[in-house]
Amino acid sequence: MADTKDLQVREKQEAAAPGEYTRPGLVFTPRTDIFENEKEIVLLADMPGVKPEDLNIDLRENVLTLSGDVSPFEGAKEQNILMEYDVGKYQRQFTLSEIIDQPGIEARLNNGVLRLTLPKIAKAQPRKITVNS
Amino acid sequence: MITRNMFDFPGLSWRSPFGEIERMRRDMEKISNSMFGTRGLRRVHSGVFPPVNLTEDKDQYYIRAELPGMETGEVDIQIAGNSLAISGERKIPVEEGVKYHRREREAGSFSRIINLPNAVDTEKIEAKLANGILTVSIPKAEIAKPRQITIK
Repeated sequence: MADTKDLQVREKQEAAAPGEYTRPGLVFTPRTDIFENEKEIVLLADMPGVKPEDLNIDLRENVLTLSGDVSPFEGAKEQNILMEYDVGKYQRQFTLSEIIDQPGIEARLNNGVLRLTLPKIAKAQPRKITVNS
Repeated sequence: MITRNMFDFPGLSWRSPFGEIERMRRDMEKISNSMFGTRGLRRVHSGVFPPVNLTEDKDQYYIRAELPGMETGEVDIQIAGNSLAISGERKIPVEEGVKYHRREREAGSFSRIINLPNAVDTEKIEAKLANGILTVSIPKAEIAKPRQITIK
């Protein structure tokens, strides 16, 4: 693993929404890592500027929705000189193929990175059904 | 790119030398805004990580950068004259024994120098890192502060 490569600037990706948002402001797709092992699926998402109380995680059917509000950082009297990135909400949806043990879900937001642990439900044991005549 | 060139000449005012070009760029932006709306607009940036936003008020400059997942000890900030250097390394631990579905987050080192448009007070700079946002507050030097002039 080349761990010390130089970081490149990557534009924040605006989220594609099926409809327009009623509230003004930009919406971005957080960059996300997802990996799984036998027991759980882990999701890491970069959401800089989102406070724990402004983060919403919703799992319905098998659709996982992450959304984070960002309150503007600037003071009221500040004037812009150089602006290289935009600030906006974060939103992203994933469809999960595994059945998740809902009460076991754990979410931690640390320094603007969300770590979401989704434990898998133990697979039902295959059961042989014998037909009685 | 224009923006970056301007900041490469700290001695020059950021308004004047490229003023004409800047004005043309704004006009172009206005035209494209009216055609495509602001959502389609992309920021001009220097291409060096991390992208920063620089703002000012009467007394201070503020530099803000998005550095998610970084701890206070991992970012190094230095000032010399009116150039501020931000450097560090973003580490993402590699998970063992897992199967990756997506890998979009990147690790690596970075280093960037930002030239401030005017003289600053290097003694009283404050930096904080909260929720993945780095904020550096840089007080302007006394001579660089705007002064009210009363008409007699």
